Amino acid sequence: MIPRNEHRVLVLGITGRQGQFWTQKMREQGTDVVGGVNPKKAGTEQDGVPVFASAREAARTRPFDIAVMFVPPMGAKDSAIDAIEAGAKMVVVLTEHIPQQDVMLIHAAARRHGARIFGPNTAGLVTPGEGFIGIMPGFNANVFRPGTIGVISRSGSLGTLVCLNLVTAGFGQSAFLGLGGDPLPGTTSREALAMLDRDDRTRGVVLVGEIGGGMEEEAADYAGSMRKPVVAFIAGRAAPPGKRMGHAGAIVMGERGTYESKRQALEAAGVRVAATPGEIGRLLADRIAPDFPGAG
Amino acid sequence: MNLEEHAAKPLLAAEGIAVPRGRLCASADEAANAAQNLGPCVVKAQVPTGKRGKAGGIKLAAHPDEARNAATAILGMTIGGHVVTRVLVEEQVPIARELYAAVLNDPASKGPLVLFSAAGGMDIEEIAATRPDSLKRLAVDIEVGLDHATARPLVDGLGPAAPAAADTLAALYALYRRCDAELVEINPLVVTKDWRIVALDCKLVADDAAVPRQPNMAKLGTPETLTDLERRGRELGLRYIELDGPVGLLANGAGLTMTTMDAIVHLGGKPSNFLEIGGDAYTQAKPALELVLANPRVRSLVVNFCGAFARTDVMADGVVKAWQTLKPRIPVFFSIHGTGEDEAIALVKRELGITPFDRMEDAVNAAVRAAR
Repeated sequence: MIPRNEHRVLVLGITGRQGQFWTQKMREQGTDVVGGVNPKKAGTEQDGVPVFASAREAARTRPFDIAVMFVPPMGAKDSAIDAIEAGAKMVVVLTEHIPQQDVMLIHAAARRHGARIFGPNTAGLVTPGEGFIGIMPGFNANVFRPGTIGVISRSGSLGTLVCLNLVTAGFGQSAFLGLGGDPLPGTTSREALAMLDRDDRTRGVVLVGEIGGGMEEEAADYAGSMRKPVVAFIAGRAAPPGKRMGHAGAIVMGERGTYESKRQALEAAGVRVAATPGEIGRLLADRIAPDFPGAG
Repeated sequence: MNLEEHAAKPLLAAEGIAVPRGRLCASADEAANAAQNLGPCVVKAQVPTGKRGKAGGIKLAAHPDEARNAATAILGMTIGGHVVTRVLVEEQVPIARELYAAVLNDPASKGPLVLFSAAGGMDIEEIAATRPDSLKRLAVDIEVGLDHATARPLVDGLGPAAPAAADTLAALYALYRRCDAELVEINPLVVTKDWRIVALDCKLVADDAAVPRQPNMAKLGTPETLTDLERRGRELGLRYIELDGPVGLLANGAGLTMTTMDAIVHLGGKPSNFLEIGGDAYTQAKPALELVLANPRVRSLVVNFCGAFARTDVMADGVVKAWQTLKPRIPVFFSIHGTGEDEAIALVKRELGITPFDRMEDAVNAAVRAAR
């Protein structure tokens, strides 16, 4: 499921500084925020949005499809599981530094209830022209325009740069799917590729990965089976081994998680791997016509 | 957060897993004393890295004099970049066979994974390469856990030692959960000649993110080896990694910072640091830039912002303030996009008289050339 404007969104932690700011931004772009959660402020309103004590309580009067979390790390597990048990089809976990075993418990609950998790530590999802969920600049027309390229990224900042480059090259986006920098992402590159492969609006895909883990290698086979062109960029080529590069998941251990391993797996599957983000638009334009001819 | 053998073994013992009697020693005399009480013993270097045996950091000693000599040889050695300052002196255990056991975070199942092999003594990569048939894996449902009955199929084939081995795996899993570990590994786990199960070594990696509820792990863990600048970064809450090139860099977000670093190398330069001001740290641009400039190798600087959550106007303000305070005599090149870019670009033009590059690659290229 790719977020559309008909999806109803619940904001967990809506009354905090960031929760307030981004809820307003999301609504300005068309996202249908039907409620928020803060146990201490239940019964009040935040900019006209009703605030509930829990997702379960919200679900009684304000059914929702997607929950997005602005909740500190130590409260993240309970908050996410509350949303899953309340019937969320998708939970977007923005929180960074959640203990890994709590992340596992979130994933276990999601499996039991058939919910999809994005994150932890994702910047969110954007469907240009319809809305966005999270902390991406979904409101910036230099970065996001309705179009036909699906973008998958572990990083918000780099994903933003890639989307900006796409617009410059004459491409808009059908969807931006932020997977997050956590070592245990709820939605993997491979799963995100499958989502975009099934999506009628998507003609091509940009996969933005980074060193660490084996997610890009795992996605390579699937990418090779797709008829839609896939272009990739992998960050961290110059990272020294054994050091965590900001994201908890971005670390090279021995032969595992290296740039070369990812590049080789993707190229072997027929995916073009760009050397710099600036090349992505050109590699894509080699395969499909731009969304906005005459741009760039 | 890595716990060395001497710090991890008491945790095993508290969970009911037998470990040899032993003592942590900082001098050869202490080692000789310990051997007096223990009898025939093993003297083991305590460093947060593997392959100690191959490096000569583990020696057998039959009596106190041998323990003294072994400790003299091992103390002061450098193993994997770590100088040995302490040895663990332990009683020898009569080994019948060596096993391997571990519990770790598994990205594939998004849950805990138990690994067990009846071929121990080698490291896990060697076991996987040479005896893949012996390596058993069990993905554990974290909502259910692991008990004797579920662990039992992993250890079938150990004969009379199987019940105790299954108990050991269940205890190891309990420890993994109790201390928020990312990895607990016992290698070798041995069966003694009298069918007891004893952990001869232990490696434990605790989850840094869980430290707020695991203060004990922070105390037991080996502090990371940091440079002075890296330590200063830590104190400021900034993830600064010192590198040896001349091109300083400041970017927001882990992915963009890695990409900026990659572009520096791709265009023929060498970065002098990794430093991202992602998340809430984006308001820390001023102290972050001061840290970057404190590295004496820096000969040019690239500032690359792509604001999503992080507002580029707030970050640019921090950079401008740091620049005006420090007045560094090196060239700086900007690329600024995303949230707040109009204000940020106007600010940099007005206060520093510098026009940011439109393309990140051009800003990086200019910085690489200027550092030559």
